[in-house]
Amino acid sequence: MPVGYSAAEIMETIKMIETENLDIRTITMGISLRDCADTDIKKTAQKVYDKVTKNAENLVKVGEDISKEYGIPIINKRIAVTPISLVGESCLTDSYVALAQALDQAAHQVGVNFIGGFSALVQKGFTKGDEILLDSISESLAITERVCSSVNIASTKAGINMDAVYRMGRIIKETAEKTKEQGAIGCAKLVVFCNVPEDNPFMAGAFHGIGEPEVVINVGVSGPGVVLHAIKNNPGLDFGSLATLIKQTAFKITRMGELAGREAAKRLHIPFGIVDLSLAPTPAVGDSVADILEAMGLEKVGGHGTTAALALLNDAVKKGGAMASSYVGGLSGAFIPVSEDAGMIRGVEEGSLCLDKLEAMTCVCSVGLDMIAVPGETTAETIAAIIADEAAIGMINRKTTAVRIIPVPGSKVGDKIEYGGLLGQAPVMPLHTYSAEKFIKRGGRIPAPIHALNN
Amino acid sequence: MNTGRQTSQEGELERVIITVVGKDKVGIIAGVTGLLSENNVNILDISQTIMQDFLTMIMVTDISGMTVSLQRLQEILTEKGEKIGVRINAQHEDIFKYMHRI
Repeated sequence: MPVGYSAAEIMETIKMIETENLDIRTITMGISLRDCADTDIKKTAQKVYDKVTKNAENLVKVGEDISKEYGIPIINKRIAVTPISLVGESCLTDSYVALAQALDQAAHQVGVNFIGGFSALVQKGFTKGDEILLDSISESLAITERVCSSVNIASTKAGINMDAVYRMGRIIKETAEKTKEQGAIGCAKLVVFCNVPEDNPFMAGAFHGIGEPEVVINVGVSGPGVVLHAIKNNPGLDFGSLATLIKQTAFKITRMGELAGREAAKRLHIPFGIVDLSLAPTPAVGDSVADILEAMGLEKVGGHGTTAALALLNDAVKKGGAMASSYVGGLSGAFIPVSEDAGMIRGVEEGSLCLDKLEAMTCVCSVGLDMIAVPGETTAETIAAIIADEAAIGMINRKTTAVRIIPVPGSKVGDKIEYGGLLGQAPVMPLHTYSAEKFIKRGGRIPAPIHALNN
Repeated sequence: MNTGRQTSQEGELERVIITVVGKDKVGIIAGVTGLLSENNVNILDISQTIMQDFLTMIMVTDISGMTVSLQRLQEILTEKGEKIGVRINAQHEDIFKYMHRI
């Protein structure tokens, strides 16, 4: 009976898991709530709770079983639902807070740590349901623990809804104020998107898009530590060989996601959606995207060359990952959240990494300005301007961009806000002090770019 | 008891790779293989290397006739590993197949 694998291959896999932090970051079940609509919000809330708890009843157990049997950690089991602006739209009410509570209770009941989809898509304007949802965000995030919210305010096809951008600036401030006792943690559960993907398994931006099936399993992999070790073990490669090395590593990482996703879908008897090939860092030492960039030869993350290094990394991860999975989707690329990446935090604290460089980096990586704490005195208009800049990058470059920014009340530059767990710790970063107020207050919509006219 | 375990087709092998890593001493192989035999786990192949007193043993096993669940076997092996001072992993073969074979 042939073994089929060499000892070196077997030990490589075990080493990746045990010492290089390889893990499946999340198995996310997408659940359609479109059939939960009712004119009575109490009935809608009950239907939402019932549908989520019924479908996700075994999600956590199946995730844990797979984790044990294959010996690969599956860190999070999560749920994404239809944007609540659609589900709540028929309700005769002026607040969807009750629906957020129903989601939170359902998340507690089935044991998932986050449930995403308190969301609205408003890139071109607001429906009645969108208006109510936006008005309900800050309170919902303050009184629930596990609900995540996201709002898409721009797309390449529609342009940028600047009214929504300004509103999100104000909502982020309100959310920070209402959760100020916990370091404005509500803002860590709120993402503002341009070109949002409808099958993203990662929080806080996950929701179950309208083109998705009734129920689906999506998987997000991770593995900055594995890529870091591969690069460190092969110093002096030229760029072509370096890209190949990252591709090979990304391939192996993604195969784990494919295996876990297919197995989970099989055991739960629901379709398998996509693997999101993202390098998602954690605050753990050695599990950092910033460390990878530095291992490529940069003295400090944020210095000149950082954008080029990240572009190479992001592209190679996609190329390797795309070969490893039959269906790729979500965000797929390298994440650069500041508070969740020990190397990024170090870069900010040592002065090598500033917000402007992060913004440049978001042009070539998969998401955007993520988990960035800014001083409490930052105005809603300034936050809106930051969102507008990111949305412009996404709109023009036909890619997803996002902003998850935390104006921590009472904080000033240099403070450090502790969240713990995967959210890590956020150093408060300085912003430009010149005002964009008149620009933001113009109102209306920035038209879609010329290359949106591609039909 | 067969909770959560993949059921194999009649007569098909279901392979689990068991790895033992730790400081070499008398009785490690006997200890581990004894446990496997008690639970009707068939060993298909064993390889081991010892470098500077450090043992790495890899066993390919068939669990299609196993009398306990894979998770229970993992618990038993972990307990044993702690007792004799080595680290024992038992992982379904597919993780290696997916990662290293196309």
